[in-house]
Amino acid sequence: MQKWLEELLDVLPEKQIMTEAADRFSYSFDASFGEHLPEAVVQVKTTEETVHVMKTANAYGVPVTPRGQSTSLSGGPLPVKGGIVLDMVQWPEKIEVTPDDLIAVVSPSVLTADINKTVEPYGLMYPPDPSSAHVCTIGGNLAENSGGPRGLKYGVTKDYVIGLEVVTPEGEVMKTGGRTIKNVTGFDLTKLIIGSEGTLGVITEAVVKLVPKPPAVQTLMAVFDDVETAGQAISQTLTSGILPSKMEFVDQACLQAVEQYKPIGLPVEAAAVLIIELDGHPEAISIETKEVERIMQELGATDSQIPDTPEEAAEIWQARKLVSPAIATIKPTKVAEDATVPRSQIGPMMGRLRTIKEKYDVDLVVFGHAGDGNLHPDVMCDTRDQEEMERVERAVAEIFEAAIDLGGTLSGEHGIGTMKSAFMEQELGATGVDMMKRIKEAWDPNNILNPGKIFPEQGQTRLVLRDE
Amino acid sequence: MSNETSLKDALAYDKTFDCVQCGYCLPACPTYETMEKETHSPRGRINLIKMAAEGKASLDDLKEPIEKCLGCMACTTVCPTDVQYGDLLEAAKETLEKHETKTKTQQKTEGFLFGSFFPSSSWMNALGQATWLYQASGMQKAARALRLTSMAPLHLGEFEQVVPAQPSPKERKARSRRVKPDGTPAAKVAFFTGCVMDSVFFETNQNTVELLRLSGAEVILPENQTCCGALHAHAGKTDMAKEQAAANIQVFEEEDVDYIVNNAGGCGAKLIEYDRMFEEGTDWQERALAFTEKVKDISEVLVELDGLAFSKDVPKTITYQPSCHMTNVQRVTRPPRELMESIPGLTLKDMDNPGFCCGSAGIYNIVNYNDAMDILDVKMADVKKTSPEAIVTTNPGCLLQMKLGVQREGQGESVEAVHLVDLLMEAGPRSRN
Ligand SMILES: Cc1cc2nc3c(=O)[nH]c(=O)nc-3n(C[C@H](O)[C@H](O)[C@H](O)COP(=O)(O)OP(=O)(O)OC[C@H]3O[C@@H](n4cnc5c(N)ncnc54)[C@H](O)[C@@H]3O)c2cc1C
Ligand code: SF4
Ligand code: SF4
Repeated sequence: MQKWLEELLDVLPEKQIMTEAADRFSYSFDASFGEHLPEAVVQVKTTEETVHVMKTANAYGVPVTPRGQSTSLSGGPLPVKGGIVLDMVQWPEKIEVTPDDLIAVVSPSVLTADINKTVEPYGLMYPPDPSSAHVCTIGGNLAENSGGPRGLKYGVTKDYVIGLEVVTPEGEVMKTGGRTIKNVTGFDLTKLIIGSEGTLGVITEAVVKLVPKPPAVQTLMAVFDDVETAGQAISQTLTSGILPSKMEFVDQACLQAVEQYKPIGLPVEAAAVLIIELDGHPEAISIETKEVERIMQELGATDSQIPDTPEEAAEIWQARKLVSPAIATIKPTKVAEDATVPRSQIGPMMGRLRTIKEKYDVDLVVFGHAGDGNLHPDVMCDTRDQEEMERVERAVAEIFEAAIDLGGTLSGEHGIGTMKSAFMEQELGATGVDMMKRIKEAWDPNNILNPGKIFPEQGQTRLVLRDE
Repeated sequence: MSNETSLKDALAYDKTFDCVQCGYCLPACPTYETMEKETHSPRGRINLIKMAAEGKASLDDLKEPIEKCLGCMACTTVCPTDVQYGDLLEAAKETLEKHETKTKTQQKTEGFLFGSFFPSSSWMNALGQATWLYQASGMQKAARALRLTSMAPLHLGEFEQVVPAQPSPKERKARSRRVKPDGTPAAKVAFFTGCVMDSVFFETNQNTVELLRLSGAEVILPENQTCCGALHAHAGKTDMAKEQAAANIQVFEEEDVDYIVNNAGGCGAKLIEYDRMFEEGTDWQERALAFTEKVKDISEVLVELDGLAFSKDVPKTITYQPSCHMTNVQRVTRPPRELMESIPGLTLKDMDNPGFCCGSAGIYNIVNYNDAMDILDVKMADVKKTSPEAIVTTNPGCLLQMKLGVQREGQGESVEAVHLVDLLMEAGPRSRN
């Protein structure tokens, strides 16, 4: 047995260290591409165990890759350099709510949706709502700085974290921030850790901020016969003094796929629909609903629907939810992108996407959180078709370019991981990437924690989705 | 090369590509919860099948994760991309079964269990009668005379303790195979009796026939029906399962009925998939399709006939443990609830996570006893929170398991486990017309 494994066994129960092939295979993938076998899977359940793993790994130079539920769409939890996969999921779940402070203290393994379930009885809400919330861990959300439809009004994960407990790459325990909303003592290390994709520290506890749960919500769906008008309608609404909690965009290809997957009477002739949710006091949203409807009509929406009951509203949101599974029936492999542009550029971005789709002859569909400029251009393909995958690689590269050209970013919420690292310099410039690298080197001198992520490897200049 | 292709075919490799590894099935999987690793999750198992088909992992790596899968299919109900996990699981089991080297005793035991025991109604009756003899006369050795406990080192003793009171052989013999309602029949149905149901829960089967009769149906019990084949298929014995399917199709074709009714969620799930066992476009597949179109759970038929009225209050608080195969394969969820709601005086308190398997899973609780008990413990914790007087279920395996659960919790006196059909009988059912 390897020396470092023996040393791990000094502190960790045997059951939490796995080296059998079946187990290693089971921790070799995420929801994106590629598979990489770790040498061992180690499950930690306490801060002390985590410290011991990091210290041992540093002593023996063994890479450690933290892993939540591995729903990452960018390769974050893949052990690309082998070593240890650090499974955080078996950590006992803890959600301690302090209603008077509007905060909750949570353990890293908590499923995101469970936070909301726990705080709801107190009349509170934890706003970040990635669509994977019922599956993914808060630890993964913190590491990826995940967001969801509510990002438009409420912001994303980083806007709700005020304190962390972190085990550093060298195995020291550090607390950042605290339990207060305001805190300017020193550098904001909390924000540095959030979105660091498991490369700067292992998050072992977080203090999250809560908001009062809005007393009422109202859904509205507007139908458009061209995509640019839908784009205008978004900007127009947001400059009219109204801030919806969600504004989701679904294009024709998606509408048709959903309708075929599960017929629910969607307007399949439409070029696009916007699904909007308003939240707040019932009287306020009744006025705002009328106002939004008027804006949609003035701009030339061909139809708008305002559901009367929560059940009808749920049906409309069901349509949005079904997009993901429905488009999977077009082709089995999904390259899920999340290029994001300034809101005024949604129309032009839609135009660029259409050109890319035709140029590379790929099955490109678009939906997403258009209210905050976060589109999901997904390319549907089949990994078994090498020729197609090559076209997809080029199409995706051009999607990134288009987003950056229009003043946007490579990734709104899925993270860089292995998938987008080749494009970092295009967006950040050489100095930007260099400053980030220096931070990484200072924090993790032995390059132990999640190596091979975010920064491009030598010679890695483009996206590769095939086995080469 | 051809070896590789045939392994890929055998493991239904192409179907693994439907899995996008989103992880949505993780929170639904009981074994991921109790065994605490991805290796025992749906996503992990599918990935291992893929790796084995590609020759990266060995069949040996696949063995334990596949054996420890309950086959509860909770993963398929939540899967957004409709992965055919059932097909993948069966393909994996069949492949493993073919590559397996078994000890002589294992072969003999299995040969007996699957070849003679489950399919044979006389053996099953014998089991029922032996249990009766055992209970009625206190003749301790009756079960052992059948050498049930020595056939396999299984915890059958524990299961025996929770088997219900048995009718006498005379009662069994006296059962009529054709029952007519009082007025003109509203429907003609054939009853699939099931092997475990008909031996261990004979009374429940009689009640099923009675409820159908009261609902206005003419009921036929075809004599030469055999085991549904589910247990064989779960054990990777696909060819045997296919033989049983063919035999049943043939037997039930002889009667011109509106429905083929069963009261065992697990059997129903197999019966309803008979068409998938035969090759597309063949004559057999067509016959299977005609068969499956008629297959219904008893609850569906009772709701559809809508012929019952209840004369007695059942002032009990119950909780409902739906059969996984009924929920996730047959996708029957409303009818049992509608029936319970129609019972006067009854209070139904739902437990958390009713969709979490109880751990019975065919003969899983017999072959993987300890794992099944871990799962049962999780289930019983949720059951207890509702403080029920009875746990209602719709499948013999679940019923036995729940009885065992109650016993293990030391609540054998205060909590009973009952089949939905028996609960309906308690409410004094009458013909509405
Ligand atoms: C169907 C589907 C829908 C999705 N929808 C959304 C969406 O709407 N919005 C969105 O933002 N994302 C979405 N995602 C992406 C994904 O769910 C998120 O990135 C999520 O935060 C990952 O959480 P996880 O627990 O699965 O973490 P993992 O995927 O296991 O890990 C993600 C990263 O976090 C690191 N990490 C995990 N735990 C820790 C820890 N305790 N300390 C330090 N580092 C850690 C890992 O090293 C890795 O780099 C979706 C994914 C899928 C499959
Ligand atoms: S839910 Fe379906 S697609 Fe997602 S990981 Fe599970 S089996 Fe695969
Ligand atoms: S069938 Fe049940 S036990 Fe098996 S993988 Fe699916 S959910 Fe888990």
